[in-house]
Amino acid sequence: MSETPANEAVDVSSIKDIVAKYKGKKEGLIALLQEVQTVYTYLPKQALQYIEAELNYTLGELYAVATFYAQFKLKPSGKYSIKVCKGTACHVQNAGAVMDELASFLKVEDGETTPDGKYTLESVSCLGCCSLAPAMMIGEETFGKLNGEAAVKHVKNFV
Amino acid sequence: MSINCVVKVGMGSCGLAAGAQKVYDRLSELHQQNPNLFRMEKTNCIGMCYCEPLVQVDMDNSSVIYGRVTVDKIKAIYENHLLNQQILNEEVVYSPDFDAPENSFLNEQTKWALRNCGVINPESIEDYESRGGYSAVKKVETWTSEEIINEILKSGLRGRGGGGFSTGTKWQLAAKQVNERKYIVCNADEGDPGAFMDRSILEGDPHGVIEGMIIAAKAIGASQGIIYCRAEYPLAIKRLRIALEQARNKAYLGPKFDIYVKEGAGAFVCGEETALLASIEGKRGMPNKRPPFPAEKGLWEKPTNINNVETYVSVPVIIMQGADKYAAMGTEKAKGTKVFAVTGKIEKSGLVEVPMGTPINKVIFDICGGVPDNKKIKAVQLGGPSGGCVPANMLDTVIDYDAIIKTGAIMGSGGMVVMDETTCMVDVAKFFLSFTQGESCGKCTFCRLGTLRMLETLDRITKGEGKIEDLDMLEDLANEIKNNSLCGLGQSAPNPVLSTLHYFRDEYEAHINEKRCPALQCTALIRYEIDPEKCIGCKLCKKNCPVQCIEGELKQPHKIDNEKCICCGACYPKCKFEAIKKY
Repeated sequence: MSETPANEAVDVSSIKDIVAKYKGKKEGLIALLQEVQTVYTYLPKQALQYIEAELNYTLGELYAVATFYAQFKLKPSGKYSIKVCKGTACHVQNAGAVMDELASFLKVEDGETTPDGKYTLESVSCLGCCSLAPAMMIGEETFGKLNGEAAVKHVKNFV
Repeated sequence: MSINCVVKVGMGSCGLAAGAQKVYDRLSELHQQNPNLFRMEKTNCIGMCYCEPLVQVDMDNSSVIYGRVTVDKIKAIYENHLLNQQILNEEVVYSPDFDAPENSFLNEQTKWALRNCGVINPESIEDYESRGGYSAVKKVETWTSEEIINEILKSGLRGRGGGGFSTGTKWQLAAKQVNERKYIVCNADEGDPGAFMDRSILEGDPHGVIEGMIIAAKAIGASQGIIYCRAEYPLAIKRLRIALEQARNKAYLGPKFDIYVKEGAGAFVCGEETALLASIEGKRGMPNKRPPFPAEKGLWEKPTNINNVETYVSVPVIIMQGADKYAAMGTEKAKGTKVFAVTGKIEKSGLVEVPMGTPINKVIFDICGGVPDNKKIKAVQLGGPSGGCVPANMLDTVIDYDAIIKTGAIMGSGGMVVMDETTCMVDVAKFFLSFTQGESCGKCTFCRLGTLRMLETLDRITKGEGKIEDLDMLEDLANEIKNNSLCGLGQSAPNPVLSTLHYFRDEYEAHINEKRCPALQCTALIRYEIDPEKCIGCKLCKKNCPVQCIEGELKQPHKIDNEKCICCGACYPKCKFEAIKKY
């Protein structure tokens, strides 16, 4: 996993209050990182360095947790995430074709962001809409009973 | 005009995905035109996911559920049923009053854990109380810890998360510990792909889970409760937080015992209890060796009791209805009911709760209507990535921990994925293994690397590059991984491969010896041809072929040159006339 682009300007002052809340609370690390990620859409290196300086963690400890959980991202995400469900029900209903079509349409691989920064394509485990399999989410909206073609159409129509 | 008319819209994750919000919004507009005509309520999933969005209309002495409701249909329901008391019979999917098409789906079930799901408004504590909620907490007020535990022991309740360990025994062990601080943890990190029972319970009946935890806390003497919930379930988390606040306001929770929600961050291994505790402590969610068990030394080294959502939600109803009544259902060693999420190649996909001891057959065919499109059922997968397949000829197996283990599968948390003749069992094994391989935390070498080697082997087999010796190697490696992994993830990761190898070895052999995928699923092994009778020569397939191996003039039947074809399958979904055949 590559790190924050070097030229990215990261303003750590926007997480000052969040970090202050967690002073002296060792158990809150995951919740802290979750809050920080909602600010930047990912965990920039500068933000982790700021946490290291403010709270009693080493940068290693922070990366250990940040890289363990699927939710944490070390690269900026697109404006909208396209989450293609790869749960069992979707898999047996050919979710693979949905992913393939979207990847070739957007010209990105699973986990990547389009160059214009609009979409991040990712496969996720079970969205819990098994009866609508295969399913995907664009932003907060869920689409079901897809095939490759329908999925691409939803992306095209998504504003 | 009576206000005795209540209209409930199912607003669970599945309902919302199917468009329930638009239906609700349209209904709200209509409600504003005529606010005294009916009352609007939100409820959660009743389990009939295949008919979502669902709208229930209760009027005077009649009750019906409309299915697959659209914005247009809700207007028709408003005009006919709400304004003119004319039930739209053809749109009704369920009614206790007359014979509706989906009556059998609900009538054949025995709802204990799902008793309130889809019935109450999950954001109203009064609704929960009006259905007997929190009366179990009141009932046990005068009971001793021992009396509560004895009742749970008598009920025969076993952990519904997959382990199947006796809940009463677990509580007993935690109650025995002498410590001024003890914890109650609810494992709501439902990670099995294809299982969504717990999500539905959390969204539909959050107070039921909270009440179960309060009773458990009294039994073991805990002062703090934590619900560890997947971050992928935002609606469940929201409803839990609302419910916790309401329970605090009514003093069901307070200084003596309180609960907070801890959001997971996406790691399947955190469903394992020691990993889950590490994650609550803010660390990487990696499992630890047991013993000591969490009941002795758990969260922050204090005695901790962990059960899952379905287990806790069963507790209040056991207390109220009595352990004997609960234990009267089921088999000798498996009592009560179990909830299953039935998905895959099935007519009626949704949540089903049946008594233990029910044959799998009954769930698949009698309740869920069997496999669609007249296809033949091949197997039922139970227990997700830790489980295995029960083949079609063994579906008379009853739902019981031991009976299912005998088939090579496990009860698991309740995922039941139906597979038909078009499902490739090698591909299914590869799917589950790639899931567990990706989720291995990396602590144990066999789990970290062994699963990867197995996955690479399966990948080769599905590409037609397998060797017959691979099958023995897979079995050997599978057993090593099972024996040399610390936690349940590694110990069970090879199960889907072992189980499919046992029952469907012929499919593996066809991939290896004949370079053929009998279910026509493995892309690299499928060949394509065009049926000249059906082809109208529209050129669509030709246009989409990346290697220009399709020949033919406009309006003339096309032909695939198999020498040049790379079997990518790009042409197949493009044909609108089903002229392209796989073989």
